[in-house]
Formats: sequence, structure tokens, C-alpha cells
Amino acid sequence: MTDTLTPVLSANWGDERAWKLSNYERRGGYQALRTALGKAPADIIGQVKNANLRGRGGAGFPAGVKWSFLPKDNPNPVYLVVNCDESEPGTCKDIPLVMASPHTLLEGVIISSYAVGCHHAFIYIRGEVLHVIRRMQQAVREAYSAGYLGKGILGTDFDLEVTVHAGAGAYICGEETALLDSLEGRRGQPRLKPPFPAVAGLYASPTVINNVETIATVPSIISNGVDWFTSMGTENSRGMTLYSLSGHVANPGQFEAPMGITLRQLLDMAGGIRHGHQLKFWTPGGSSLGILTDEHLDVPLDYDGPAKVGTGLGTKALQCFDETTSAVRACLRYVEFYKHESCGKCTPCREGSWWLVQLLARLEAGKGEPGDIDKLLDLSDNIAGRSFCALADGTATIVKSMVNYFRPEFEAGLHTPAWELFPYEKTTAWYRAGAVAESGATA
Amino acid sequence: MSGFRTHFDNTGGVGPDDPAGTRIDASTIAELEELAARYPEKRSALLPMLHLVQSVEGRVTPAAIEICARILDITPAEVNGVATFYTMYKRKPMGRHHVGVCTTSLCAILGGDEIAAALEQHLGVGNDETSEDGAITFERVECNAACDYAPVVMVNWEFFDTMTPKKAIELVDRLRSDEVVVSPRGATITSWREAERVLAGFPDGRADEGPAAGTQSLLGLKLAERNGWRAPDPADVPAPSQEEGK
Repeated sequence: MTDTLTPVLSANWGDERAWKLSNYERRGGYQALRTALGKAPADIIGQVKNANLRGRGGAGFPAGVKWSFLPKDNPNPVYLVVNCDESEPGTCKDIPLVMASPHTLLEGVIISSYAVGCHHAFIYIRGEVLHVIRRMQQAVREAYSAGYLGKGILGTDFDLEVTVHAGAGAYICGEETALLDSLEGRRGQPRLKPPFPAVAGLYASPTVINNVETIATVPSIISNGVDWFTSMGTENSRGMTLYSLSGHVANPGQFEAPMGITLRQLLDMAGGIRHGHQLKFWTPGGSSLGILTDEHLDVPLDYDGPAKVGTGLGTKALQCFDETTSAVRACLRYVEFYKHESCGKCTPCREGSWWLVQLLARLEAGKGEPGDIDKLLDLSDNIAGRSFCALADGTATIVKSMVNYFRPEFEAGLHTPAWELFPYEKTTAWYRAGAVAESGATA
Repeated sequence: MSGFRTHFDNTGGVGPDDPAGTRIDASTIAELEELAARYPEKRSALLPMLHLVQSVEGRVTPAAIEICARILDITPAEVNGVATFYTMYKRKPMGRHHVGVCTTSLCAILGGDEIAAALEQHLGVGNDETSEDGAITFERVECNAACDYAPVVMVNWEFFDTMTPKKAIELVDRLRSDEVVVSPRGATITSWREAERVLAGFPDGRADEGPAAGTQSLLGLKLAERNGWRAPDPADVPAPSQEEGK
């Protein structure tokens, strides 16, 4: 039986100047790289495959399998691209990881590049996180000076360049093919698949693209072994991972636990829902996979558990909302996000999200018209699966799941504004029942 | 200069003004070319290049579009297409500081809506507008990956966590009066332009400022330490080895 929490990636986050190379090395950092460079690249891929390390960025695809899709006979260079465009609502794990310990990611980048035969890797970080970008840029400079990057790494004949690349504000660039277009200096719009990036990715070359946490996990597997990794987690979901608890929680934050922990366990550690309130709904994996309610507190948060109740593990972004929250308001604000972030390439997503916002806004204002709710569902059905990428599916999913669990609230939107049913001042983080709430501009 | 003009009426800057008035000089052009040389294919440098021109011009100007296009051997229309796609590229002159309030669902509900409304009233601005004194450009931003610190305000893309309307107003007033402001999970606030230069790939030497992590990021770690919880010791893991290559 493993412990309730198992800090590995987050183990050094509390260290003094954890981001510095010397402090990372003091904890055994870059030993995994030395171990890896003594092995054949195929053996590294084999270890990652046997560990069944599945993608931590939402889709859950096994990383080792993804790597093995690279064609053996392609004359073009192989690229590794790290997706640090963390923007899915609720998702806030990669940003603190890179802020606190950029070398954990960088060591993973070097090992993974060695495994897949890449000599130029890119770390694509969303642009809106200045300090995280500073720390990553500095870590790369330190690694060059120490001989972990550049020509002939640690005396081997392995060469690697790493480029830190800042995005410019577009959620869609977290979609892997849109990220590649963006990294090529274009508008970040998804590509039709196939071909998949493994065959024709960056500059139409074979490309591996993985989430930050996935790549950052690789050194621990190399250091501690496959059996160590698979001793944590559940049958199809091995290892430890970062769970991000946010919202109406007494103590929100990051929890690194074996795969399969439940929200009940996490809430217990976080002091529960804020004092005097109860859980109403929550997202297991960001907003794009829909919501669950207090019936689902004991669903194991692994790749299978949420899927069995019609949602998904996604990014393990557990946004919790209590009974003061209007489902209509939350739904509108999620859909406004998708509308803003739709890249505009596919008509159902571009136009559909716009229409969904119009319908939801009038339901929020209590000015809905008969048939609006069915129209919401009909629009959603015409968006999902009819666009290039999963952004469209996410838009439809949040609407359908909100209506599924809270249809009476949407029906009330035909006559009563959401802010009358659920006074908005009660949802704020600073609201205390009975106390004088801080109010607006003059406090 | 070929005198490129756009035909959008809402470009607020990427429009017909005088390319000769640009602040992009030979040294900036050298830096733009340096960025282009960092990538296997130079067009990849376009996003960093646009960050750099913003740091010089205070926005993406028609002249900057011309210059980027020339360096990358693409058309000004292609550069403009990129510049108008990404939210962080600004076509109207920016204030000294950019203040972004997250109003995506979770932050909005936890108070981002109240914070945004309070700042709009206090600064006398709407979304994407600059205060009259030129100090603050206000924007409602989408999820900034700090949900455990909600509601979140960003200043020049540095985190200001668990904000309230009162704290946000104090923050912008200190920015307006040029007081020293430090992000609780970042560095000393400089200016939006200086931030853009770092995003372009020219470090400002501030990476070592600030903590490694905030309280929320460390919550699970501290709890594990208190309870003696840790990942298994590799030496204690039994089971048949499946490792390859050993």
C-alpha cells in the first residue's frame, strides 16, 4: 500500500531557490540523465512504455507508444516539443512545476530527446506567465554551462539544443497541431490528422509532442525503475501525478498522489468545502470534460474512473463549486471562454459557440424563451465531432453536462435571473455569511 | 517600405500611419535577426519578434509588420494575420502597465467579476482600454493557470494571487504612482514593455527574484511531510522486473 500523497515532481518545491541547478543537483538531479546516457535509446523507450506512463496533458495516451510511432526511415530531423501552454480552465500544475523546478522538466527533455533521437527540442510556454519563462530560460542557460546541453553532452556523442519559446495568448495552442503551427510562426490553428505529428509534425518532420508533467516524470522512472513507478496507481493508470484543487475549497492547492485517489480524500486533506457550505458540482479534468456532482466523490481519479461516469480525467483539474453557485452562470462563463478561444477555423465551433453564449446570456438574465434549452442541446450536438479539434467538443460537453445535472436551473432562466436565485456576492472568496462583505470600489 | 495598409477598421494602429515614425532602429533589427537565427526555419521566430517589437514600439505597428515581413521573407499580410490572432499582441498604444483580471468561470465566480468591475470604475476604463494618465491598460483575461490562487490578477503577466476589489485598487494605485510593486510569486514589477522583451527571449536578470512556490503549490507537500508520507523507496519495491535493457 502506497502512502496517500507521494511527492516526487513536487518534492523539491519547498527548497530554498529550488530552481537553481546547484540545488537541483544536490538532490540527485541529472543523475537520471547520466544513467540514461549509459543505455541504448530503445531501452529508454522500452522503460517508459513498460512503466505505462500515460500523457498528463489531458488525453492520457501512453508516452512510450507515442514515441515508438516515429518512423525509422524518415530522413528529416526528429523534434521534441514540450507543451507548456497550460490554459485549460482549472489546470494549474505545469506552471508551478516549471516555476519551482525547471530542471526537472529540462532533465526529462534531455533524456526524452536522447531516447527519440532528437537534437533540437522546443519548450513552448504560454506567454502570460512571465516569471515561469524567466526561470525556464535561466535553467536552459545553466544547463548549457554545465555541459548538459550543447555538443557532446557529458562526454558522449549526443548533441542537443533547447529553445524556450513564449506563446502569445491562445488557448488553442495547447492543441498539439495548433501548437506546432504556432511554433512555425503561424496562426495557431489545428491541422487535420492524419498525418499525426509523429510522421509530419514541426516543419513536416517527425515530432514528439508531450505535456510538461509527462516529460518531467521521465527522469524519476529512469532513476527508480519501472517497478517503482508501477507500484503506484491503479491497473491502467500507473504512477504518481499532480491533482489541482481549486474553487470553493477551504485550502485549495496542489496534491501529488498515486493515480486513483478520490475527490473525497483530496477534500479531506484540503479542509473540505469552505466552512458552512456543501459541494454542488466539480470538474474532474478541467471544463472540457464536463462536470460531476457530490454523488461522485468516491470515483477513483484515474484514467478509467471518470470515464465510467461519462466524463474524463483530463488534466486532473478539480474545480469545486458550492451550493451558492448558479449552474447557468458557470456554464455561460465557460462557454464565453470557448467562444473567445475558438480559433475560427471550423464553422460549427466559431459560430456555434457564439450562439451558445447568446442563449446562455439570456437564460442567465431570466429572459430565456421556450425551446432555448433544447436549442442549447441541439447546437451542442452540431458542434461536437464536427470540427477539427477537441475545443469544439469541450464547448459542447460542458453545456450538455451542465444541463444534464441542473436542467431545472436552466428552465428557471425562462423567468428568473440567475443572480436572483443565486446572489452573486455569496460566491466570492471573501464572502462570509453574516459578515459585512467587502463591496466593490469603495472599501 | 512598400506602404502596406490594412482594410480593417478596428485595427487601431495596424492601419495607415507613418512607417517612418518607427522606433525600431538598427540595433532592434539586429536583435530581430538574431531571433530569426535561433530556429531551424526563421519564420518560427515571428512570435518572439512580435513580442520584441511591442517592447520597442509599445504595440504592433505597421512599420514593425513591414520589418518582420522583410526579415522573414513573408508578406506583411502574413505577419498581420499572426499579429491579429493572438491576444497578447496589441494594436492600440498600451499603458505603462498591463493589468489583467481573470474572469473565466472559476475566477469570475470567486470574485473576478467584482474585481474587474471595481477596477473599471476606479480607472474609468472599459475592457482593453487605457487609463487617462497612460499608466494602466485594463483587460479581462482568460484562465491564467493559477486557479488554486483564485481570484487572480496579472500585472505585466506576473501573478497577484487571491485578490479582492480593495487589494486590486491599492495595487493599481501603487502602479500609477510608480511605487515599487513586487509580485508575491514573481519579480519586481518593471513595465509591460520590459516584460515583452523577456518574452521575446532577452532575459532581464530577474529569474532569481521571488519564491520557488506559493502556499497553495506547497499544500500537498507540507501535508505529506507532516504525515511522513512519501513515494515508495525503490529498494523496497518487490515484484518481477520488467525493465528492458539491463
